[in-house]
Parts: sequence; structure tokens; C-alpha cells
Amino acid sequence: MNRVDHAAIKASDSDVRRPDGGPTADPRIKVKTRGVSVFYGDKQALFGVDLDIDEKSVTALIGPSGCGKSTYLRCINRMNDTIEGCRIEGSIEIDGEDIHDRSIDPVLLRARVGMVFQKPNPFPKSIFDNVAYGARIHGLASSRKELEEIVQSSLEKAGLWGEVKDRLGQPGTSLSGGQQQRLVIARAIAVRPDVILMDEPCSALDPIATAKIEELIDELRFNYCIVIVTHSMAQAARVSQKTAFFHLGKLVETGPTELIFTNPRESRTQDYITGRFG
Amino acid sequence: MLEQIAHSRLVLIALSALVVWAATLFLLGRRRAVVLAASSISGGRQMHSRPNYHGYFAALLAAGPAFLALAFYALFGQALADRIAISDLPADFSALSAFERAVQIDAARALAEGGGSGVIASEQPPAVGTLATAMERSRGGAKLIAVAVAIALAVLGAAIALMRIKPALRARTMVERVIGGLLMLCSGVAIATTAGIVLSLVFETIRFFGEVSPLEFMFGLKWSAQTQIRPDQIGSSGAFGAVPLLFGSLMITLIAMLVAAPVGLFAAIYLSEYAGPRFRATVKPILEVLAGVPTVVYGFFALLTVAPAIKAFGEWLNRVLMNLFPGVEGPIIDAQPTSALAAGLVMGVMIIPFVSSLSDDVINAAPQSLRDGSAALGATRAETIRKVILPAALPGIVAALLLAVSRAIGETMIVVMAAGQRAQITANPFSDVTTITVQIVDLLTGDTEFDSPKTLSAFALGFGLFLLTLLFNVIAQQVVKAYREKYE
Ligand SMILES: Nc1ncnc2c1ncn2[C@@H]1O[C@H](COP(=O)(O)OP(=O)(O)O)[C@@H](O)[C@H]1O
Ligand SMILES: [Mg+2]
Repeated sequence: MNRVDHAAIKASDSDVRRPDGGPTADPRIKVKTRGVSVFYGDKQALFGVDLDIDEKSVTALIGPSGCGKSTYLRCINRMNDTIEGCRIEGSIEIDGEDIHDRSIDPVLLRARVGMVFQKPNPFPKSIFDNVAYGARIHGLASSRKELEEIVQSSLEKAGLWGEVKDRLGQPGTSLSGGQQQRLVIARAIAVRPDVILMDEPCSALDPIATAKIEELIDELRFNYCIVIVTHSMAQAARVSQKTAFFHLGKLVETGPTELIFTNPRESRTQDYITGRFG
Repeated sequence: MLEQIAHSRLVLIALSALVVWAATLFLLGRRRAVVLAASSISGGRQMHSRPNYHGYFAALLAAGPAFLALAFYALFGQALADRIAISDLPADFSALSAFERAVQIDAARALAEGGGSGVIASEQPPAVGTLATAMERSRGGAKLIAVAVAIALAVLGAAIALMRIKPALRARTMVERVIGGLLMLCSGVAIATTAGIVLSLVFETIRFFGEVSPLEFMFGLKWSAQTQIRPDQIGSSGAFGAVPLLFGSLMITLIAMLVAAPVGLFAAIYLSEYAGPRFRATVKPILEVLAGVPTVVYGFFALLTVAPAIKAFGEWLNRVLMNLFPGVEGPIIDAQPTSALAAGLVMGVMIIPFVSSLSDDVINAAPQSLRDGSAALGATRAETIRKVILPAALPGIVAALLLAVSRAIGETMIVVMAAGQRAQITANPFSDVTTITVQIVDLLTGDTEFDSPKTLSAFALGFGLFLLTLLFNVIAQQVVKAYREKYE
């Protein structure tokens, strides 16, 4: 192990992280969580997670099943609020703003923070209506023409336009699994979020569809802050710039993806990456 | 009487003996199979079936045919024996009229059974006594034959079974085929019953249409189910136009659905999407209790509480309207002591739990992933329900409503008590109307002749009602099927 390398990275990290935890001045940090603990009833699922998520880049969350990756992800768009008996402690800031502040409506927050689920979940509506759904709710288009533009540009950004432009009236559920997942990404993009959360977006897809989604994520990172949970080490290595390793509800280690995969600080991370457990 | 008990006692004893016999043969058959299996390992021949199946095979073959013979005797034995006795009647009988003969044969049968039903031998003509003796003799013979045949079949079956148990015997296949046949017989009974009911409806309807033209029945606007009592009677031949009845049924159903559909649906939406688990756990069972209230209770609630209130309201409304339009003559709203509105409103309340619990199931069946997906896009709960959940659940809700409609059309007790008897086509819900079900009850209660058009028309109405509810159920099923396919 090369200790020198670590020190160098740490030094470069330290001007990004401010130890006092005050409002981030650094525009490169989009989401900042401090001491986040989550309880489902009496059961604690997350233990004081401190994590900074960079703007316009992909952060991968890895770790064995049940370690709290999805739970952490759901904190960022307050989807945990919809779960009965779920309680959150600690602070979560997006663009320096506390998302648990009274002035923040969780419903509007979710428009800024999109989410893509493990299993593609298009609504039983047409392809067009699926993408237009959020834009309609939030009144983003004042005319039919504007709505059509939003739908088209979202589908283009999700790399699906070419495949569906002649069949926008067909049900979203008639698409293949990979197409459905890109449709759902387009649906999220249409409400103009800054952050996109993806919870194992490829685990229900075949390798070719997975490759397409990975390609898409790689393009999207230039405009969005993306957090992706994945079980595939290879995928984390391919698409992410930063990686965070969770174990038993704790954030064990975080850093540039390259470094985590080649030279992790913690032996637990090493064991997980090399497939010795998990 | 005594004879009857003795008869059933014989059957009971024989059945118990058969059960013991079957158990014995099961053990014997299995033993034999086990022994064969043990010896066949050296002989190199595998048993086709496991020993238990050989046991069942032996038991079935030993007890099955004997059981059938006994069942035949229990069902038809006495009647057959009597028939034989009657077939060589004493000479005195041939001179009698058919009616007198039937009376005497009945008396003889009563005597043969021990004279328990008030028939005293000394009061009867001597021929009856002779016949009774003949019957007793022939019944005794039948009993002997039945027992002998059953024993023979049991022994023969057992012997054949034990002889046939060999390694190659496909005991399992045979046993399963017999069991499969029995199961099929059971489902056949259910189907046959339904078919029988429908067929009887169809035949009586055809008879009815022999006397009254189907066109009049289907399109006639006047219903007055009278028939001539004397052939020379004029002017009371009756009218059999079913349209007013259908109208009454549909009108009351419409009123009921106007109550039940919104209330039931909103209750379902509240329960499945908004209510906390505690509230839900309390209210759902209460709603289901509402579904368990006997319809006759709803009926007298409609008749004694709702109908008078509706009448008073109608009269008040009439006064108000009369004051508003002083020029109009006569009552604008004619309120009656029983009314379509009273019956419809109460029926609507009765159907609420039906609608709400079916819709609740359908709404809950919409996957959680859809709710999450919508919430993650920044939709509120109400938006999610309105724009995602309800459209997804719509076919199921439609099906629930159609089932409720077919339930409402067939409902009888409430309308019998609170709708009225007058067949009329009116848009006034305060007026009394009558329905298909009310008329069926009316036609078949009291003294009726079984071949007058009046009685037969009940079958035609019943058949029409059956077709109507069948139609609604079939449409509902088709809708539900289409809905299932959408969610894989
Ligand atoms: N809705 C919930 N109710 C109760 N416990 C939950 C719920 N969701 C997750 N958990 C628990 O929290 C822990 C973390 O789960 P999760 O975040 O789904 O893990 P991961 O996504 O890393 O597999 C697990 O032990 C899980 O059982
Ligand atoms: Mg997970």
C-alpha cells in the first residue's frame, strides 16, 4: 500500500471539506450530509454518515445488501418521509440549504432531486404522457408546443428519442426493460432536477441495456449531480468519479473511485472489492 | 316407519362393514406389495408404484363395487320391490279407477311399512292387505339379494385385487384415475345443478311464450298479470309487457348506484391512500359488518323509516313548487307511501360496502412502485391518486361497479317491502314502481296454478333477470381480465 498517495489525496480533499461543517462555500459540493442517522422504528439503519457529493459528477454507493445504501439515497429526496415509522437525524444540505428546513416543501424538493428505481416503473400511460407527467404537474409548459419540446428534449437527453419518436402514443409499458429504464430517466429529467438518484438502475437489465444506461450516465454527468447505488464493482469503476463504501449502516470509506479500487485505506473495503465478502 | 329405520339400519351396518373391509384390504394389499418389493429386488424387477398405492388399489377394488350395489339398493331397492309386487296385483285391483288404485297402493305401502301413518289394516279392503303382504315379501327378498350381492362383490373384488398386485401393476395410475373421477363427479354436480336450473327456466319460458307472444313480453308497455279464471270471462286476460318492470328495476338500480358509487369509491380511496393503519383496521371490519346486515332488515328500515320521510319530503317539495307555479293544476310531485327513491336509497346504502371493499382491493393492487415513482417526481398524494393510481385501477373499479349493479338488479327483499306493486313507467322518483324481482315474488306466492300464463310469466321474468345479471357479470369479468393482463 502506498501511504504517500493517500496523504496527497487527503490534502487535496481537505480544501473541499470544511471541518466546521458550516454552509459550503465550495460550489463543487452539491449535497452535503453530516451525522445522518436513520431509524426504522427502533431499528437503526444508518449511523452518523458524513458524505459530500460533488456537483456535475457521478458518485457511486457500494456495499453489501442491507448496509443502508438505499436508505441513504432516500434521505436526499426525503422519500423516507413516506415510510411509516422512519426517523432521520443529522443535517442534509443541497446547495448549502438544509432540506429539513421548515421552508422546504418535500414535494417540491423531489422535483429538484429526481429518482430512478431498481425496477423500471413507467406509469400505465403513453410514452408521451409518462415524460410529460412531471412537467404537467409542476406547470413547466404553458402550451402544448412547449410540452412537446420538453418531452422531446428529455427523451433526447435520455438517448431514447430515436427509438420512440414514431410511437409516442403507445403505452410506456410496451417498451423493453432497458428502454423503460431510459424512459423513467427521461421522465425524471423532464422536471429539470439538479440531482438524480439511481438505486441499482441496471440490476433488472441485460448486459446490452446496462451498457446503454452506463453510457447515458456518463453523458448526464456533465449536467447533473448523479448518485448511483450499484452492486457491480465494474459498473462503479466505469461510471463514477467518486465512490463511497457502506458497511453495516456506516460509511466506511470514501474517495476518488480510482483510488478506492486500486488502493483502499480500509481492509474492509479491500475485502469487499476483491469479493472476499458481501 | 319401523321398516324404514330397519332399512336404513341395514344400510348403515353394511357400510360400516365395508369400511372395515376396505381398511383390511388396504393393509393386506400394502403388505403384499412390500413383500413383493423385497423379493423383487433379488429378482431384479422394480415395483411400478409405491406400496401404499397397492393398498389403496386393493381397498378400492374390494369396497367400491359393493358400495355401489348398496347405494343402488338404498336409493331404489324398496321402490323396485314394490313395483314387482304391484306388477302381479290381485285381481280385484284391475276393476278400480286409476285414482282409487293409487290410493289403495299408497295404503298398502303404508301397511307394508308397519302401519305407522294411521292406516289400519282392518279398515282397508282385503285386496290392500294382500298387496301389503306381497310388498313385504318382495322387500325382504330385495334386502337379501342386496346383501348377498354386496358380499359377493366385496369378496370377489378383494380376491381379484390381491391376485393382480404384481410389480408391473400400475396401481398409482389406477388409484389416481379413480380419485380424479370422483373429484370430477363432485364438480359435475355443481355444474349439473346450475344447468338444471337454467334449463328449467328455459323450458318454462318457452311454454310461457307459447301462450304470450315474446314480442309483447319484450316490448309491451303494460303489465297486468291476470288470467281468466273461467273460460267465458271477458276483459281480464291480462297484459304481459315486461318493460315497466325492467324500467322499475333499472330506475331503482340507478338511484342505488348514485348513492353507492361515489360514497363507496371515496371511502375506498380514503381507506387505502389516506387513512392511518389504525383507522383502517377499525373501519374496514365495520364496513364489512354493514355488508352482513340481512336484506330484510334493510327492507323494513326502508319501509318504516325512509319511505315515510321521503313521502313527507316529496309533499313539502310539492307545496313549494305549487306556490312557485300557481297556475299549474294537480300535484306537480306525486309522493307515494312507497317509492323508488326510498328503495333505491336504502339499496344504495346496502351496496356501499360491496363497492368500497372491491374498489379498495383494486386500488391496493396498483403497485407501490407507481406511487413511489410519482412521489419521486414531486407529485402530491392527491395528484398521484388522481393521475396515476385511479387511471391504473379504473378497469377494476368499473368491474366492481358492474358487479354492484348486477347485485342491485337481483336484490329482492328491499324492493318487495319499499318499492311498491304498481307497474308503471315514470320519471318521478317519489312515485311507487315495481321491479322484476317484486313481480316474481308476487306471482309465485299465494295460490297459483302451475300452468297458467300468470305463473309461467314468473319463469320468463326469472330467465330475463338471469340473462341481465349474467351480462353484467360477463362484462365485469372481461374488464378485470384485460386489467390483469396490463400488470402482466
Ligand atoms: N421500509 C423499511 N422498514 C424497515 N426497515 C427497513 C426499511 N427499509 C430498509 N430497512 C432496513 O434498513 C437496513 C438498510 O436497508 P437498505 O437501505 O435497503 O439497504 P441496501 O439498499 O444497502 O441493501 C436493512 O437492514 C433493512 O432491513
Ligand atoms: Mg437497496
